[in-house]
Amino acid sequence: MKIETKKKLDLIFKAFLIVTSISSIAVTIGIVVALTEDTIRFFLHPEGGGFPTSIIKFFTESEWTPTFINKKIGIWPLLAGTFLIAAIAGLIAIPMGLIIAVYLSEFASHRVREAVKPWLEFLEAVPTVVYGYFALLAITPLLQWILGKFGMEVEGMNALSPGIVLGVMILPFTASMVEDSLKGVPQYLREASYSLGASKLRTAFGVVVPAARSGILASYLLGISRALGETMVVAVAAGMYPNLTLNPLEPVQTITGYIVQVALGDLPYLSFEYLSIFAAGFMLFLITLFFNLTAVYLKSRIERY
Amino acid sequence: MSDNIKVKVENLDFYYGTFHALKNINLPIYEKKVTAIIGPSGCGKSTLLRCFNRMHDLYPGTRYEGAIYLYPDKTNIVAKGVEPLYIRMRVGMVFQKPNPFPKSIFENVAYGLRINGIKDKKVIEEKVEKALKDAALWDEVKERLKENAYSLSGGQQQRLCIARAIAVEPEVLLFDEPTSALDPISTARIEDLIVELKNKITIVIVTHNMQQAARISDYTAFMYLGELIEFGPTEKIFTNPEKKLTEDYISGRFG
Repeated sequence: MKIETKKKLDLIFKAFLIVTSISSIAVTIGIVVALTEDTIRFFLHPEGGGFPTSIIKFFTESEWTPTFINKKIGIWPLLAGTFLIAAIAGLIAIPMGLIIAVYLSEFASHRVREAVKPWLEFLEAVPTVVYGYFALLAITPLLQWILGKFGMEVEGMNALSPGIVLGVMILPFTASMVEDSLKGVPQYLREASYSLGASKLRTAFGVVVPAARSGILASYLLGISRALGETMVVAVAAGMYPNLTLNPLEPVQTITGYIVQVALGDLPYLSFEYLSIFAAGFMLFLITLFFNLTAVYLKSRIERY
Repeated sequence: MSDNIKVKVENLDFYYGTFHALKNINLPIYEKKVTAIIGPSGCGKSTLLRCFNRMHDLYPGTRYEGAIYLYPDKTNIVAKGVEPLYIRMRVGMVFQKPNPFPKSIFENVAYGLRINGIKDKKVIEEKVEKALKDAALWDEVKERLKENAYSLSGGQQQRLCIARAIAVEPEVLLFDEPTSALDPISTARIEDLIVELKNKITIVIVTHNMQQAARISDYTAFMYLGELIEFGPTEKIFTNPEKKLTEDYISGRFG
């Protein structure tokens, strides 16, 4: 092949790569623009009181009923549902993720690690709708039976059951991210600890985990960010009732659950109800963006040992 | 030689998997003396040092044969039934690269004490202060004990690692090329410190630097290709070695 031809092929391929990369950025920007545009429309809409009344109501009202005749647009019930479920998921995934990661990184032999990891990845491969029905049809009845013995009433739709299932769902992701952070701790720190007569357990929790704390925190934030944005499990098992509560035994609605519910209905384009899902979605976008950016910042600190 | 034996290596062989890294080593280490192990890269000097505190146990596929007796109780360090954690409390180590924990200066030194189950805050504070003084670091850090250890210079970090190791009062302290990552001034301070420490602790130091061995050690062992070629008082090894190989290495003909 002639040199000119080779150079031309290189140029063509380079152009192809650049276009591909830019298009992914363009899609992201497009989403943000569309989301922002309809969110602004929502706040300008007369049914919400128009700007700036709508913004004040958004953050001060305690009910979320944009689809009713009497429209209340306080975001708090949806935020409460979203964070309640994410917090329950975190309560499961944070300690268990750490324990699994410490075991895999510090204790397990190479062979055990290779045997366990595919099972963790298998958990990731289960479709989310399956998790949803697992929460609804297995965990909820189980909770009703167990907590019922203590005289507690668990409703058919509740925050606890999808919260637990979401925790299990983000567990493989969290555990493997935490494990990567632990693996990144230099071996010489472990040797220093062992050389002082420390046990494996002491070295793991006294030196390795504290040394990896930024990375571990980043993993948790990314895991919880996933739980915040997860849709299918909560749509199936959490309920459809925007409920300003922190009681995990009651039905709640998350932002994603609300979006599914409204998007499934017949809504006129640019109606107030239609726009409300963008406002709620924009809120979720801001929250997960904050979590992810914090995680990125924490990860950038990891290298400094 | 009227010095007391602290550690005695007897017919020691060591394997990394199938690689025979140490071959039939016999070596005495004398109490409260500095013993230097010298030799070219890959001769097994660090491997031998890491046998003294069973560091090799951290990695799979390593195997010891023979014995290393730790006196006065004549415990065989490398025996299968002997717990490495117990050995490492008696035999401390300072590494090639300063490796303080990403914790405060105080917590670095207190770590070993806490491992040993000391809970009394006052006792810990006293012992930390004493260790930092013994490591000639106290005056530089007494105002900033809460600061992260990484705020210290490389030489200070290495002295902190020495303080961390001596805080738990080991009987033997191993140094694995402790100054190879340091500038000449920091190196001189560490060397002075080692000479000072031998009043209390038996010291074994692996070094690349022959002048360093000559300056600070009482005894020198010369190793080559996994074998101990010659051992004797440092002065004799450097002025009048018995083996031709030792003389060639000392005079810089290879290495």
